[in-house]
Amino acid sequence: MECVTSLLSGDEAVAAAALDAGVSLGTGYPGTPSTEILETFERLGGRAQWAPNEKVALEVGIGVSFAGARSLVTMKHVGLNVAADPLFTVAYSGANGALVIVSADDPGMASSQNEQDSRRYAASAGVPMLEPSDSQEAYDFMLRAIEISERWHVPVLFRMTTRVCHSKTLVRQGVTPVPPPREANFVRDIPTRVMIPAYARPAHRNMRNKLAQMAEWNEQEGPNQTIAGSPSLGIITSGISYQFAREAAPEASVLKLGMTYPPPVETMRQFAKSVERCIVIEDGDPFLVEQARTAGIAVEGKAEMYRFGELNVGRVRRILAGDCTPEAKPVPGKPPALCVGCPHRAVFTTLKNLDLIVAGDIGCYSLGVMPPFQAMDSLVCMGASIGVGLGMRHTLPPEQARRVVSVIGDSTFVHSGLTGLVEMMYNTPESGHVLIILDNGTTAMTGMQEHPGTGRRLDHSHTGKLVFEDVARAMAIRNVHVIDPTKDPKGFEDLLKKSLEIPEISVIIARRTCMLAARQIREYERCDGQQSN
Amino acid sequence: MVSKVTNIVIAGLGGQGVLKASDIVADAAFSAGLAVKKAEVHGMSQRGGSVSSDVRFGGQVFSPMVPEGEADFLVVLEPDQVPVNAAVLKKDGVLIEPSMIDKSQLSSEKCLNVALLGALSTHLSLSDETWIAAIKRNLPEKLHEINLQAFVAGKGA
Repeated sequence: MECVTSLLSGDEAVAAAALDAGVSLGTGYPGTPSTEILETFERLGGRAQWAPNEKVALEVGIGVSFAGARSLVTMKHVGLNVAADPLFTVAYSGANGALVIVSADDPGMASSQNEQDSRRYAASAGVPMLEPSDSQEAYDFMLRAIEISERWHVPVLFRMTTRVCHSKTLVRQGVTPVPPPREANFVRDIPTRVMIPAYARPAHRNMRNKLAQMAEWNEQEGPNQTIAGSPSLGIITSGISYQFAREAAPEASVLKLGMTYPPPVETMRQFAKSVERCIVIEDGDPFLVEQARTAGIAVEGKAEMYRFGELNVGRVRRILAGDCTPEAKPVPGKPPALCVGCPHRAVFTTLKNLDLIVAGDIGCYSLGVMPPFQAMDSLVCMGASIGVGLGMRHTLPPEQARRVVSVIGDSTFVHSGLTGLVEMMYNTPESGHVLIILDNGTTAMTGMQEHPGTGRRLDHSHTGKLVFEDVARAMAIRNVHVIDPTKDPKGFEDLLKKSLEIPEISVIIARRTCMLAARQIREYERCDGQQSN
Repeated sequence: MVSKVTNIVIAGLGGQGVLKASDIVADAAFSAGLAVKKAEVHGMSQRGGSVSSDVRFGGQVFSPMVPEGEADFLVVLEPDQVPVNAAVLKKDGVLIEPSMIDKSQLSSEKCLNVALLGALSTHLSLSDETWIAAIKRNLPEKLHEINLQAFVAGKGA
């Protein structure tokens, strides 16, 4: 393979490595900051597809792996919660072809609803975890992850963070090739892949044995690095925090961990012994601190105040100096807002005017909580608008219950609103309920990705289309309406009022294409038309 | 290895071309053979909110983000975003702002980002050929002419 150097984001580097390693299928659900991995993989010539959600994506990836081929599954950190169910059991059955799961954490919550640390999942599920610190490592570690996955027949978690995903750094490709992938071929292996209790019990023991072997390998040959420096200060670090630590304390000795689970405990112990002061610098939770202390290694961690938000060079300098004085508050910038011309504006204007209790959801329309609308009363996770709205309807006094509506976007509805709608039909509140699906024809928040409701695949080619009004009617919901509130605000307000008055369930599909995506969508539709002619 | 790192922060509002401008700077530095890192956060910021992007090159660069008080240059596309980003600029750092550009020389307001890069370029040792090639690589062909004009206009600022 030819060696080339280019300036790539971490996401692009992962995609390049997946391509170079012969990954058969990349699948995932869009989520900032992970979205560009699959988009780039497709652009480079890989086979990539958006799944309805992360759970389905991981299940597809498991199937690819069981077939003996290599798979890449991508998501943001909160997506790993959705995929956690298959994760915990594929940790037992293990992988055949490589199975690498990228989880992109967002410390500081640039575009997320929480700051959870994916490393906890590695420890909890019992799967190895790699953490790149820049794009070169994103490339190199993805190749290593594929090797580790096939060597021990395990799924590998790959933790990136916003700054690794979205920063561009130099990447030299093609230096350390991986063995070529095998041909996909079904080989029956019932005890390994059918996790009934009789087979899962030995599989659990087997998984723990493999973890012990990997821990030993990580001590000897893992992608960890010691940078010799002053014996007075030693820093144990991983991921992007490594970059901040090197810049904040260029004189320090550094133990940089590339594989943070199972951790190379003896390497950490020796390192800690070799320095006078040993401190762990890590983004997110005190994960490495706890791993070290559990093993009886005395290390210092960051003060609790630095657990919140992302680290940077300045904050690492403060941590090293033991500075716990209040940090200067940044001058507030201009917050994001619904675009001028956004179809969601008409909906939120009405919700505000009617003073409704709005159970909200994840997407551009989360910005309906911002002034001038402030028309959102809850936001939990993908799909939660329906369940949360129903729970309030069930228990609030009648005059309040009748004001509750659930609001969900099109991609979010497909992701995890379908089961919520089943609940709405099945356990209908006495006062009924109203669900508004904001159908702007794209996954707008993450950058205009396709989903099953658009009828186009990741590469924008034509495929089957999930029609929301048909889905609702198929669930025996009688009041199903489609309207464009931007074009007919009065009609929308009247319809909403009428729907709130009746003790029945109603689904209102507010349909108007995202104005940022409209032109491109017309182009895709024109191409579709030409193909079918 | 103590060669000096150049730290540039470009800031403005979503939709103004902040990220495009930082792509051009990073590409220019990369094609000149320099070690370069570029940081940005996108996502929510696409919806008209504050956006900033950092480019660091030359010497050994670790953090992709420019530490507070260490930017040599702060390029701001929207005047009211100056105070939001002022803390990143070092004491004797250079602020490059829209008032420095003669808007009558721009074919479109959308070229303001490239015009400001023209102004920035007069402080850096990257050649005009390097800049022009980077601008062309990062923009569609139909926009080349007006942006190259904007670059030249910015150089005169």
